[in-house]
Amino acid sequence: MNAGSAKTPKLGVRDATKIYHTASGDLLALDRCSLDVHANEIVSIVGPSGCGKTTLLWSMSGLHRLTSGAIRLDGKEITGPHPDIGIVFQEANLLPWRNLDANIHFPFEIKGEKPDRAWIAHLIHRVGLDGFGGKFPRELSGGMQQRAAIVRALALKPSVLLMDEPFGALDSFTREEMNRLVEEIWLDTKTTIVFITHSIEEAIFLSDRVVVLSARPGRVAKEYRVPFPRPRSLEIMATKEVFDLTNTIKMDIVGERVRPKARERVTAEIVRIRP
Amino acid sequence: MSGDDAIPEFSKTKAGEGHDVSLTNLSAFASGPGIRSGAEVAAIIAVAVVIIGGIELALRLFNVPHYIMPGPSAIAYALYDEFPLIAPHLGYTLVELVSGFSIGAIIGLVMAAVITQFPFAEKIVAPYILLLVTTPMLALVPLLILRFGFGYTPRIIAVALAAGPMVMINAATGFRRVDSAKIALARSYGASTLQIFWKIRAPMALPMILVGLMIGAIFGLLTAVGAEMVGGGFGLGNRLTTYSSMIQMPQFFAVVLILSTLGILIYVLFFLIGKRWASWEA
Repeated sequence: MNAGSAKTPKLGVRDATKIYHTASGDLLALDRCSLDVHANEIVSIVGPSGCGKTTLLWSMSGLHRLTSGAIRLDGKEITGPHPDIGIVFQEANLLPWRNLDANIHFPFEIKGEKPDRAWIAHLIHRVGLDGFGGKFPRELSGGMQQRAAIVRALALKPSVLLMDEPFGALDSFTREEMNRLVEEIWLDTKTTIVFITHSIEEAIFLSDRVVVLSARPGRVAKEYRVPFPRPRSLEIMATKEVFDLTNTIKMDIVGERVRPKARERVTAEIVRIRP
Repeated sequence: MSGDDAIPEFSKTKAGEGHDVSLTNLSAFASGPGIRSGAEVAAIIAVAVVIIGGIELALRLFNVPHYIMPGPSAIAYALYDEFPLIAPHLGYTLVELVSGFSIGAIIGLVMAAVITQFPFAEKIVAPYILLLVTTPMLALVPLLILRFGFGYTPRIIAVALAAGPMVMINAATGFRRVDSAKIALARSYGASTLQIFWKIRAPMALPMILVGLMIGAIFGLLTAVGAEMVGGGFGLGNRLTTYSSMIQMPQFFAVVLILSTLGILIYVLFFLIGKRWASWEA
């Protein structure tokens, strides 16, 4: 969609295709999926369950290879894990045998680098985890664990942050809190963020653009700009524009899943409940 | 002295239950012998006194002769009196246990680590491992004695053969617990296979490794004592056969008491290690 753009995208996905070879046969997870993520942008990827969102993100992170197509970071093809890309995983994915400090130092340990203590202390303060360094993951709530995971992902100062349904397991209040935190961090660092989520509200709150993937095999079905100013207050999030956008995206996703008849019914319902 | 008596007597039932149930799962680390309040301690001592006192009283009341069943007091006295004579044999048994267990555990751990990296090789080797685990290694002792004589060698081999597969099968279970998200995390920072092993797989397997080491050590103790009973003139197992053949029952039970204590010490040792290094699991 931005193919004509003269600027090299931060992250350029071109015809990404991924086939999983499983015992029960080949599974086409991604089918010629193309999208651009520009520097300092937050792009959310939404879509029905099993549409290849996580596959796309893992491909962006270099954790697995595409069957065909390419993903480029600053114009250079990604062939494996890249130091400029940080990942926040589903749930927090902290190592339970390490306390928070040791978890946050883990990337440095693997790379054999000295941790940047000032930067880490700043991040820990930013997410409100001061004084929890000695705690073990099991001693912390899900939200706090995910805060630590965000610190860990940002500790190496990546220029791209990939977030794979990071708040899916949290209750809705904690989730909103975490969304505001991500926005604050973004306003702070302007790190390019690719955010995968099931929640359309979350996607709209956070993103400059929302990309809708089709049901499997995943292709880019639609793309929406989210023009609302930041920081996005509760008032903005309660406007009719946000409500309409939410419903439009919901229709795209539901429409992928249900038969036309059912789609009409859902449309009628949405029209009826509209203010 | 009565306190010393109380602990093994009381723990015998506990240890028996532990072998089958709690030693083989991780709750062993969560619900171990942790004493909390003074009232609990008092209750434990009171029950022990009642049991031991009751046995003593019953044996005296029914005039049971020493060669059939000695009373706790007679056993305690025999332990005190004969200990200087038993102590060297305790040393021999410990040498066999520690060296045999170390050899078996190291081989078992290395094999578990290597084999779980190659699922196909694991499938091929699995039946033999099962055979090693289920065959009582004691059965091989007469053969080993025939080949290696009556010294330490056949016993150390038997202990290693008993402990190794136990360590291996549990450690392999631990190494097989792959958490792909945690491995992906390490890989995303460019971790090598070796780093993934030491930083992710090994710590994740640690609780199961400790369970394997504990079971291996206890099987090693059983095998060491059994091997000593089969042949050779030294070790606690040899003392058991000697004392029983001479119908010195108080001395015989004194050795049994020492063996129970050894078993409990093994359990406590691994319990403490688990509490320190693997409590994140519980």
